[in-house]
Amino acid sequence: MISAINLSVTYHGKIVLRDATVKAEPGKVLALVGPSGCGKTSFLAALNRMTDLIPGANIRGQITFDGRPIDSVFSNRAELRRHVGMIFQKPNPFALSIRRNIELGLREHGQRNRDELRQITEKVLRDVGLWDEVQNRLDQSALELSGGQQQRLCIARAIALKPQVLLMDEPCSALDPLAAEHVEKLIQSMRGQYTIIIVTHNLAQARRLADNIAVFWTRDSVGEIVEHGPTETLFGASSNEIVKSYLSGRRG
Amino acid sequence: MSSTQSVKPTRSGQSTHTIRELTAAFSIWLAAGLVMAILAWILIDISIRGLSQINLSFLIDDVTDAGRSGGIGPIILSTILILFVTLSVSVPLSIATAIALTEQLNSESLLARYVRRCLDILAGVPSIVFGLFGNAFFTITLGLGYSILSGGLTLSCMVLPILIRTAEQAINSVPLEHRHAAAALGMSRSTTLFRVILPAAAPALAAGIVLSIGRALAETAALIFTSGYVARTPESLFDSGRSLSVHIYDLAMNVPNGGARAYAAACVLVAMLLVINETTALLLKFAGLGSTPHAGGCR
Ligand SMILES: Nc1ncnc2c1ncn2[C@@H]1O[C@H](COP(=O)(O)OP(=O)(O)O)[C@@H](O)[C@H]1O
Ligand SMILES: [Mg+2]
Repeated sequence: MISAINLSVTYHGKIVLRDATVKAEPGKVLALVGPSGCGKTSFLAALNRMTDLIPGANIRGQITFDGRPIDSVFSNRAELRRHVGMIFQKPNPFALSIRRNIELGLREHGQRNRDELRQITEKVLRDVGLWDEVQNRLDQSALELSGGQQQRLCIARAIALKPQVLLMDEPCSALDPLAAEHVEKLIQSMRGQYTIIIVTHNLAQARRLADNIAVFWTRDSVGEIVEHGPTETLFGASSNEIVKSYLSGRRG
Repeated sequence: MSSTQSVKPTRSGQSTHTIRELTAAFSIWLAAGLVMAILAWILIDISIRGLSQINLSFLIDDVTDAGRSGGIGPIILSTILILFVTLSVSVPLSIATAIALTEQLNSESLLARYVRRCLDILAGVPSIVFGLFGNAFFTITLGLGYSILSGGLTLSCMVLPILIRTAEQAINSVPLEHRHAAAALGMSRSTTLFRVILPAAAPALAAGIVLSIGRALAETAALIFTSGYVARTPESLFDSGRSLSVHIYDLAMNVPNGGARAYAAACVLVAMLLVINETTALLLKFAGLGSTPHAGGCR
């Protein structure tokens, strides 16, 4: 579905991720794991070109979508980001009502019909298990929700655009354990419908969620992917010493 | 023995610590109390002397006998018109400038730095200077004469610096995460600005506007030479009109036995400020934009 081939990221000319090559299979969950600072966030940001917004950020290498160069598949950044959605580490709903949070993106992409907007809003809120909690306060500020609810709203807002790929950067790490479990269940329930690439520091979570894993590591202060493959293969019998000790919790 | 000795210094250390804490707390409360007391004193003083003279006819009647009798109807109307001119020019201009400074120009660019420097200098210019400038430029050069339009435009120039700077801060204080979220949803820069950033900045923008309304309402020096002090009901924006603060100044300084009426007018001025403050807060709340905590709170 979406793959990176020899993808490198630099900030102000300084390389932080070198030659990352990995493939996300359609409908599967790919987990990116590895210690802090090895370029996982930068890798995700390169995939939907959020790097455009980061001063000094530059990418090299190739990204393909269904086998074609991603720039030829999507005519502009807006189209790209509509199909490749992103969830951030810190929940970031807009300082608007819950309803507006979901409708804004839809309106931007041409959905103006009020009835349809209402239907989509209800559907995605049900999908993320938020409907019962918020159906009576859709017009209240989204900032009044708890952290976990905010994160689920952000997921709802993203899937309202019917993306094919969802990039998630440690979506549970800013949440309390219960809320994190809730969000993890939600991601679990989304498998099959979306191609998901998720960064997580929680190895147990990676093992529960992911079909495939890519292990990032810093070598000579540059991040790289040391190994990627099916989750159980890597957890079970990796031939790479770094991967073996990291995944068994002995390192990192 | 040794144990008591080892305890003692700690105790005395603790007690000096406590004394210091108490002194600090006391000073802070004293300072805050003093500020509140002065404010309360002013308000009570004005109310005691002024409130008794305020009734409906005072609010709507014409000014007679140089303000010693009659009401302040035309004055209130002129004040509102001047304020209207001021805001309808300065608010759009300042928000547009703030957007240019934050979104369009690189904030470190020479032009942006130059604009900011000019604004900071302008903000410190005494209002009488704006009055002289307004007189020379609006009333004479542009031929607007002594008019509400001249006065309002002069006040716009006066409040622009604070308005732009507060608007700039308001826009800058919207967390970067909002922009990232909008970009990740494929939203254009203009949608992001108008649908996400400005609404999130609205409470702070409104605070800046209320602040400049306060400055405009309090202004006399910039208005005497521009909107003049004709106390008749203005028929258009090209008529001269006397603002409340000019009226108060006139009653207190130039009209023998005008003091009591000056207090009544001051009461009305303060009431206007309070009403504007409260209305703004209500409007924001109504629009669902009350000053709520920012995103990502772990509550
Ligand atoms: N905006 C930025 N500007 C400069 N350097 C950055 C920026 N963002 C990240 N980096 C650097 O890039 C490296 C990789 O960071 P990141 O992608 O956030 O790693 P991870 O998500 O794996 O913790 C780090 O050394 C970090 O300091
Ligand atoms: Mg990261």
